[in-house]
Amino acid sequence: MSTTEKTTVSFILNDIPQTLSVNPLRRFSDVLREDLGLTGTKVGCDAGDCGACTILVDGEQRYACLTAVGQLEGHSARTVEGLAKNGDLTALQQAFLDEGAAQCGICTPGMLMAAQSLLDRTPNPTEPQVLDALGGVLCRCTGYTKIVEAVLKAGQTSASEATPPSGSAVGSRMVKVDGKQKLTGEEIFSADHAPEDSLWLRAIRSPHPRAKFTLAHPEKVLNKYPGIVKILTADDVTGNNGFGIYPHIKDQPVLAKDHVRFRGEAVVALVGERDAVESVSEEDLGLTWEPLEAIRGWDAALSGKLEPVQAEIPDNILAEGLLKKNDVEKAFAESFAVAEGNWTTSAVEHGYIEPEAGYARKVGQRLEIFVCTQSPYMDQTEVAQVLGLELEQIRIIPSAVGGAFGGKLDLSVQPLVALAAWILERPVRCIYTRPESLASTTKRHPVQMRAKAGCDKDGMLTAYEYHGDFNTGAYASWGPTVADRVPIHCSGPYFVPNVFAKTRALLTNESPSGAFRGFGTPQAAIANDALLDELAEKVGMDALDFRIKNALRKGDRTPTNQLLENSVGQLECLESLKSRWDSWRKEAEVFNQKNTKLKRGVGCGSAWYGCGNTSLSNPSTIRVGINGEGKLTLYNGAMDIGQGANTIMVQICADALGLPASQFEYVMGDTDLTADAGKTSASRQAFVSGKATQLAGEHLRAQIIHLAEATENATLHLEQNGTSGSGEIIVADETGEHVIVLADILPQTNGDVLTGEGTFDPPTTPLDENRQGSPYATYGFGAHIAEVEVDTMLGTTKVLRLAAAHDVGKTINPTLVEGQIHGGVAQGLGLALMEEYVQGVSENLHDYLLPTVGDMPEIEVILIEDPEPLGPYGAKGIGEHALIPTAPAILGGIKHATGISIRHVPATPDRVFTALQEAGKNNG
Amino acid sequence: MIPYLRPDNLEDALSALSEHPRTLLAGGTDFFPARVGKPITDNVLDLSGVESLRKIQQTADGFMLGGLTTWTDIIEAQLPPAFDGLKQAAKTIGGVQTQNAGTLVGNICNASPAADSVPNLLALEAQVQLQSVRETRMLPLEEFILGNRKTAKKEDELISGIFIPQPAEKGRGNFEKLGTRAYLVISIVMVGVVAELNESDEILNLKIAVGACSPVAQRLRLLEQEAVGQKLKSIKILPAHFESLEPIDDIRATADYRKKVVPELLLRAIKGVI
Ligand SMILES: Cc1cc2nc3c(=O)[nH]c(=O)nc-3n(C[C@@H](O)[C@@H](O)[C@H](O)COP(=O)(O)OP(=O)(O)OC[C@H]3O[C@@H](n4cnc5c(N)ncnc54)[C@H](O)[C@@H]3O)c2cc1C
Ligand code: FES
Ligand code: FES
Repeated sequence: MSTTEKTTVSFILNDIPQTLSVNPLRRFSDVLREDLGLTGTKVGCDAGDCGACTILVDGEQRYACLTAVGQLEGHSARTVEGLAKNGDLTALQQAFLDEGAAQCGICTPGMLMAAQSLLDRTPNPTEPQVLDALGGVLCRCTGYTKIVEAVLKAGQTSASEATPPSGSAVGSRMVKVDGKQKLTGEEIFSADHAPEDSLWLRAIRSPHPRAKFTLAHPEKVLNKYPGIVKILTADDVTGNNGFGIYPHIKDQPVLAKDHVRFRGEAVVALVGERDAVESVSEEDLGLTWEPLEAIRGWDAALSGKLEPVQAEIPDNILAEGLLKKNDVEKAFAESFAVAEGNWTTSAVEHGYIEPEAGYARKVGQRLEIFVCTQSPYMDQTEVAQVLGLELEQIRIIPSAVGGAFGGKLDLSVQPLVALAAWILERPVRCIYTRPESLASTTKRHPVQMRAKAGCDKDGMLTAYEYHGDFNTGAYASWGPTVADRVPIHCSGPYFVPNVFAKTRALLTNESPSGAFRGFGTPQAAIANDALLDELAEKVGMDALDFRIKNALRKGDRTPTNQLLENSVGQLECLESLKSRWDSWRKEAEVFNQKNTKLKRGVGCGSAWYGCGNTSLSNPSTIRVGINGEGKLTLYNGAMDIGQGANTIMVQICADALGLPASQFEYVMGDTDLTADAGKTSASRQAFVSGKATQLAGEHLRAQIIHLAEATENATLHLEQNGTSGSGEIIVADETGEHVIVLADILPQTNGDVLTGEGTFDPPTTPLDENRQGSPYATYGFGAHIAEVEVDTMLGTTKVLRLAAAHDVGKTINPTLVEGQIHGGVAQGLGLALMEEYVQGVSENLHDYLLPTVGDMPEIEVILIEDPEPLGPYGAKGIGEHALIPTAPAILGGIKHATGISIRHVPATPDRVFTALQEAGKNNG
Repeated sequence: MIPYLRPDNLEDALSALSEHPRTLLAGGTDFFPARVGKPITDNVLDLSGVESLRKIQQTADGFMLGGLTTWTDIIEAQLPPAFDGLKQAAKTIGGVQTQNAGTLVGNICNASPAADSVPNLLALEAQVQLQSVRETRMLPLEEFILGNRKTAKKEDELISGIFIPQPAEKGRGNFEKLGTRAYLVISIVMVGVVAELNESDEILNLKIAVGACSPVAQRLRLLEQEAVGQKLKSIKILPAHFESLEPIDDIRATADYRKKVVPELLLRAIKGVI
């Protein structure tokens, strides 16, 4: 870019004439964001693959990232900032808010613009027209269902509530507290803000999966590019050049020293003016690589032929997991029917539309880091040890997060910008490119698994055995957690008296595999449900009846021998699907009699998932405060990553306190302002932080009641008086009204006069050497049925409809729960049919395929509420088990349709076709 | 040299090209994706301002699709049924954003094996109009695309249009695209066809081409010859008809699969003309 001179470009932007002096070849998206401050237009790829940058040019939708600003000369453009007038949402924006069509909101501006171009021409579009109009924008959170609904319903009234009255927030379809800003482009994501004088940082990454390297002449770069301020290498790391999520495993270097272990590993970080940082090449740096033979895949990891990935782990076995309950061998020997098989899965990318970004700046002897994260408190600890600073010296200020799904639990830009800002004493920002995000961040573990299941002649399960080797890549990340969680969950939400499971996390020279919605359970469920289908067939039972018969019930013991006393809704989930299952299967059979090339089938998948960390303390603390003016603030440390934590915590707190949700403000995740509410992972926030929030609300309420000397069931009324005057709480009970004048109370250090605090740590017990005990305080349950259509001549699969039943204990907000399930289904569909990350090949979003709006089935959500007494108002998690049953249901559908059993996912057209051919089933 | 030029007429564009070779830019839908995370150092001649290139004209002996004709322009144009396949191909490109910006000429110049315009343009016997200050020449599309990402365009030339000879009145086009998802999908295999039928649905004339199974999409001439006189419904595809294809393994599918699904796609494309 530095080579191109500026020219003058005149155009109309959001109805206002603009004349810019600018390099005309720059992407318009970049000019909007960096020069004009219009950060509502998002950038997810710079390649036309994601649609986040969709704007209107002369009323037609265009990708701003593929438009040179020079091309706007004489044209008119509209961005999301040009939709709402004077703060009034358009009908389309209002529909998005009401329907819950924006989860994280990073795709929302692009979706709105694409939809607006349609509505401008066709005010009452049909569904196919909506799909065509939105086909060029990806969403990773919503499964598109509510987006399509919102476009179809634009201008109509809805069932949602902006302001549920006091005492009825929980259970209502309250719109998101952060919903509006996601629709106007005002929400600030990680790449949307940095101090004006920030330097830019770009990491140089390894093109080889394993190599030695030397850096010859960095000083030459400094001479050639005066804009470069610093070239960071491993030697510049002031603390420990290693990070990792476990206190005892800090194996991943911030910047590699001499030797890289996966393609995409950072070796050098350039810091300076943006142009210069972007222009420096590897040759400039004198980087020379000596590629080494890489360990790829499970077999190579175990063969012992090559040097181990990490010298300290000679057998490449990073971690092992085990579970042993009773005697599987004996049980198999006595079983009436046994089914077994082998499966493999591929690496899967989280595919959040927001690439990692953030900035750090030094403030006194402290560092502030603004970043997209799922775990501000873990980031704080990690950055402190990498820099060699005290914990208190690090402040993490989370941005709005544009999707995460487990991928933003690990560090990305944090240590790099922190190090640079600390050393240079200047703010430093970094935005990952999409290829960089794909290459350098974690993936879902590819697994090679063998499983076996047995039942008696009545179809009661007798035994389950599972062996899984998880390719955990070059560094630990969450590999040990995956190896640990899978044995507990691998036999599904069914009662099995004898279980043996063994897992290993294997190091290879591939992308580190980490946490991704389900921690290995979605992969294990693929084997589990396939075996249940086979057993049902062997004993001549309907596959759903077989599951109903074996479903975990209250009073059953799990494979860890935990007694399930409460909130076990699996049976209800399965039973709620029964009538659909029967009719869908019948309809498929009728269809198949008439069609030779297209075959339909219906499959079932199931899930259970322990909410929270496995047998480890994982407390959350939440605070709520009121200041003298009556400003009521929820200090929420539970990161909202799009799923809606900000909203449900307000709902819970509102009802616990007895004030309307609309009176709340909130602070999210800032480590200076909130207490530690743990990570947003393991489906724990609604359950654990939700409970802490309830306790915080009740704690504040108790103080108010006490101050007013009122009785327990008094009603509260809060008078908020802006910035002047005093707020008042009017407490009414049978004895009359008591007024608390808030300004009369001595403020605490944060300015609040009253603070409620709640802490909840779900009770678990340690597991013994056979992993027996109570690892989780509660479990979520669920099942999906999916109808698919396979084109047997081409091997393509389309999912036609899907019904999802989930036991969530208590629905805090139906709109949000449905959204989680729709999104889980979309990700499960991707896992089943199209998603496969191959290093060096699918490092962009046109070769790495995320489902588009046209790939989604019609989804019906059935919510089962078997209350969890420990949870807030009976609620437990939904985040992960929303996804787990989808892939098994789809694969079961393919089996029902064609008789073929897919053993390697994704079931891409060529794999399905080959399997059909081998079975002689595609002659039309 | 001025690194960026955006002339508003063809003469200025040609004269700029005669002075220095430049990277041509039209809709940018191939240009920018090839430069993600890299500084843009090209000297660019941006054609997007040359309004005269953005029109579809009927001439005495056919149709001239101007050099800036976008996918959307094709979808919205009133054209004979022989263009139906090309229109369908246009509707399968990326999403509407790409269709609004991307041009057919850009697609053939980018010369990807998976370029979706090519099979139908081959079936329509398209000619490419190359223009420079020196000359204007016409090349059949088959002689224009020389290989994967290789064309016969000289450095001082640009493509000012694609000429389609007047299709037979009864000619009907069709397009079949095989991919892994619904939108934003690159073809695993695609087939373009233009066929003429008589009243009893016998094939009078067939032009058919397959893409993504060789470095450049190919016409299947043996099939075209042998199809003449056959009933549409009972047309047979023989291995000899497509033995010239040489697909490769890539992230989208295996070579073996591609070859095996070709006959089915050919059948669907041909039978789908009505
Ligand atoms: C999200 C997305 C999805 C896509 N999906 C598909 C798909 O499904 N199928 C498909 O086939 N393609 C697809 N494409 C690519 C397709 O959009 C391009 O091939 C497009 O048609 C190129 O046109 P353009 O005007 O954008 O070209 P540009 O990017 O501007 O230019 C492309 C090339 O053509 C040259 N060029 C352009 N105009 C001229 C001219 N008049 N004379 C000489 N040279 C010229 C340029 O120098 C450059 O080398 C997709 C692209 C994106 C971003
Ligand atoms: S940023 Fe433009 S399409 Fe992804
Ligand atoms: S809401 Fe669409 S990507 Fe998050």
